[in-house]
Amino acid sequence: MLLIAGLGLALLWAPEDADQGPSQRIFYIHVPVALTAYVCFAWAAWKAFRLLWKRDDRADLESYTAVHMGVIFGVLTLVTGSIWAKISWGVWWTWSERQLVLFLILFLFYSAYFMLRYSTEPGPRRARTSAVYALFGVVLLPVSFLAIRLAEQVLHPAPLFNRDGPQMSASMFFTFCVCLAAMLALAGALYRIELTGKRVDARLRELREHLT
Amino acid sequence: MSTGEKYLAAAYLVVFAAVLIYVVLIALKLTRIERELSELARLAEERRGG
Repeated sequence: MLLIAGLGLALLWAPEDADQGPSQRIFYIHVPVALTAYVCFAWAAWKAFRLLWKRDDRADLESYTAVHMGVIFGVLTLVTGSIWAKISWGVWWTWSERQLVLFLILFLFYSAYFMLRYSTEPGPRRARTSAVYALFGVVLLPVSFLAIRLAEQVLHPAPLFNRDGPQMSASMFFTFCVCLAAMLALAGALYRIELTGKRVDARLRELREHLT
Repeated sequence: MSTGEKYLAAAYLVVFAAVLIYVVLIALKLTRIERELSELARLAEERRGG
């Protein structure tokens, strides 16, 4: 419902930007997707922290699933961002924008998580190594997020908020909030489904080992 | 359709397609799990019988 509402508001209700025209509406999908990717990576780091601190074994699969979701939303951020860049700046990608490069580094860092995870045998050692790696990545999150605020604005748009509040009209801000809620709900639902699938898979593997 | 509208449609379609592909992959995974479960149930039945 939220997704349909978000789509309707973004494409039909929100006012058109005077400078960018219809392509500005990409903002309503690109920014929520990017923020959802940050939330997924932060959730993965939190679960990794719980695994290392509380010895909560279930947190390994939860952290892994969150990285999985974060990488999917990361790909979508890069693709929707590239499409927006092409129409706004005339290029698909530019290396001169620190925000873009930092997000790419964050994305590649978490993509490498899978290589690390599958290069070691399943067990407590793999869980701990993966957790340490996921936790290290959390350092990149504020760097990537704050880069949009701290870097000089050359091409990438200014941040949504500053000390004076949201930098857009009330209807645009409302649409953005609905789209963000929809994207977070979608990520939450996919996370639950993926996690359940991975848990059932693990149980089946154990059962198979017992039976054969 | 203007160029801006084409790019706008492309951005939304990419996200929609990704969600759709993900749902299809989950459906395939569920089918595999169901098949494996049936196989394990058969194995358990054989062991109990034999």
